[in-house]
Amino acid sequence: MMEKVYSRPAGIFEGAVTGFCPGCMHSSVCKIICEVLDELGQLDNACYVQGVGCCGLAVTYFDMDTVAAPHGRACAIASSFKRCSPETLVFTYQGDGDLAAIGLAETMSAANRGENFTVIFVNNGIYGMTGGQMAPTTLLGAKTTTTPFGRDEREHGAPMHMCELLNQLDAPAYIARVTAADVPNAKKARAAVKKAFQYQLEGKGFSFVEFVSNCPTNWGMSPLESLDHVHNVILKEFPLGEFRAK
Amino acid sequence: MAEKIFMKGCEAVAETAVRAGCRFFAGYPITPQNDVPEYFARRMPEVNGVFIQGESEVASSNMAYGAAAAGVRSMTSSSSCGISLKSEAISWMAGANLPVVIANFQRGGPGIGTIQPAQQDYLQATHASGNGGFRMLVLSPMNLQEAVDMTWQAFELADKYSKPVMLLMDGFTGTMMEPVELPEPLSEEEVAAIRASKTWAARGKHGGPQHKVMCGPGLDTRISQEQMNERDAELYESWKTTEVEYEDYMTGDAEIVLTAYGITGRIAKSAVKLLRAEGIRAGLIRPKKVYPFPDAAYEKLPLEKLRGIVSAEMSIPAQFAEDVERVVHGRTRIVTALSSGGEVLDRAAILDAARSLMK
Amino acid sequence: MEKSFIIAGFGGQGVMVAGQLLSYTACETTDKYVTYFPSYGAEMRGGTANCYVVISDEPVGAPKVNQADYVVCLNDPSMAKFKDAVVPGGTIFTNSSVVTIEPERSDIHVVKVDAGSIAIELGAPKVLNLVIVGAIIGYTDVLPAENVLQTAFKKLGAKRPELNPINEAAFRRGWEIGRKAKEEQV
Repeated sequence: MMEKVYSRPAGIFEGAVTGFCPGCMHSSVCKIICEVLDELGQLDNACYVQGVGCCGLAVTYFDMDTVAAPHGRACAIASSFKRCSPETLVFTYQGDGDLAAIGLAETMSAANRGENFTVIFVNNGIYGMTGGQMAPTTLLGAKTTTTPFGRDEREHGAPMHMCELLNQLDAPAYIARVTAADVPNAKKARAAVKKAFQYQLEGKGFSFVEFVSNCPTNWGMSPLESLDHVHNVILKEFPLGEFRAK
Repeated sequence: MAEKIFMKGCEAVAETAVRAGCRFFAGYPITPQNDVPEYFARRMPEVNGVFIQGESEVASSNMAYGAAAAGVRSMTSSSSCGISLKSEAISWMAGANLPVVIANFQRGGPGIGTIQPAQQDYLQATHASGNGGFRMLVLSPMNLQEAVDMTWQAFELADKYSKPVMLLMDGFTGTMMEPVELPEPLSEEEVAAIRASKTWAARGKHGGPQHKVMCGPGLDTRISQEQMNERDAELYESWKTTEVEYEDYMTGDAEIVLTAYGITGRIAKSAVKLLRAEGIRAGLIRPKKVYPFPDAAYEKLPLEKLRGIVSAEMSIPAQFAEDVERVVHGRTRIVTALSSGGEVLDRAAILDAARSLMK
Repeated sequence: MEKSFIIAGFGGQGVMVAGQLLSYTACETTDKYVTYFPSYGAEMRGGTANCYVVISDEPVGAPKVNQADYVVCLNDPSMAKFKDAVVPGGTIFTNSSVVTIEPERSDIHVVKVDAGSIAIELGAPKVLNLVIVGAIIGYTDVLPAENVLQTAFKKLGAKRPELNPINEAAFRRGWEIGRKAKEEQV
């Protein structure tokens, strides 16, 4: 009999076919989340609030109680849900357009109240599902369908750094930026997600993990090229690290 | 008989909500309903409930959605332009089948309007409180006792159908004071039992075979959007027989029928007696729910024999009168008595309109 | 029988409290129907304030009336705004200590109450509204005087019982003025 050394984690539907594009880091992030929940014995006790955009495809993927949020409102919904259901492990799953543009007020306000849930923020610097428009996190000079001549600081402003912004608030308990673009970093990311969930389980308050992610489809790159782009370009704008661990 | 308590409308609604087992409220400051969030802020800690002042109208209505997803009786309130902002979440509640009570203490409009009382959100409340063509049960009290009774009823109906329900009030019924008798509060055990009965609510799988998804059509893999729309259409249709509610006052021998809802309904009701004292045989049809609209109340009138109908509301142009006209369909004259700009409709305007039909 | 009141003055003259004293008394000590509507504006402080009270033997139709049976004006701006909001045959109560405007109507009664001066004389300018409430009751008998006093003790004396004697004195001074005006009118 052969030993099983690798399998799809529990918490992801058996036989589910992901809707994420080939090479998209969302798949890895979903896997990390499920592995950590499994390890913490929380898979059966988790409820996630789903943002709108590519992150919403997770609904066909996560075998967990799900509350779908209108565009950008995940942090508002997670706030009330967690307060009414404090025994449940609650996290939001959101992209950059959802969390940092249309949901900026909800994100900052939930963080400022120190709501005891976890945000998993997948930042690929673009609106993926709608076809590649500029996001708050799009790099300067980057061409998108709504910045056909490149993002211009004078016209569009500079990229927003959510970890750094949140780090200006007093309340958040845990803030980290990670990536799953390579194996060593994926391991660190896993540790960060685990820490964030543990903070919540210990009632420490708002925890936030940003994944610097990719979008091969809308960046017009192969999956491997997109990972190189993350390493060589994106991470210079969005440095990894633990910003706060109360 | 419960004790008569002299209460402000906003506070009577909030206290009744707590007694009906509401354990979550989120709101945002907007005149003339600030007494609602302020009351919940004081009251919720006493019943282990949750009050959150949202960062916006949008956030507070979404918070109410989140609490409902957790199975808690949940409420939000606002006024007119604030309700427009809440319409995003209201539509999602309808789509995701989440029971939430929404109170609208109407003020002027369009846009910011005046902060004075109005009834200018009728069409929004009854026809389109958000995208997607959903309908809501809309209750509109004429006085504070009805506001109390309808608040209780709204929570029952929201849970019964697992849909958002609207209390359509106005700045007047929110800020005025009147004696009310409050219902006995549900016990903590009863409140817990209501929550426990919502087996569809999210709380983690806990060994359950099927995870629960709170979402609208399109995201739900178990049911197509068309199937869901059809199911809702059937529900809305059934409301036309099960949920119609109105007051028929002295229409038996009436030659003139007054019709109005909410605060204007009570003013019209008092006009009936004054007209009868003048020798004009007046009656009143007062919808207590404005959705579903009580078509039957008008259908059973001897429309062809009436001198006419006076449709009164605090909205210019008229909105409620459109529904009256749709049912009456030219079978008798309809004149309107309208006000706007923050003035409560003067009873004299209703009386004059009725007298004009006698000529 | 239905009696409607408009009470108007500066914010701080106790307009709302005066209306609430009548309303609470009607609700808590009689079988009458009552409504109270405070008109509200965008300003938090200052400006004029007014409220509408309707006390009736039958359910109240219109809680806000354009023409009231009784109008109470505690200052000139209120007088300017509401002197025509009295039904013919109705009565205006004025705080004659500061009100200089005359209603210039022959179809109504005017009861001048030197409420501001009486309150100062009693050593508490804030009891001006109790003087006025006393005058309203003395003139209209819309509610039993002792009930109104008990309500005043209950609502106003709860936190400051030491004010009860002065509140009572203010009420009784006003009541005498109201009663005298009524008797002279008949």
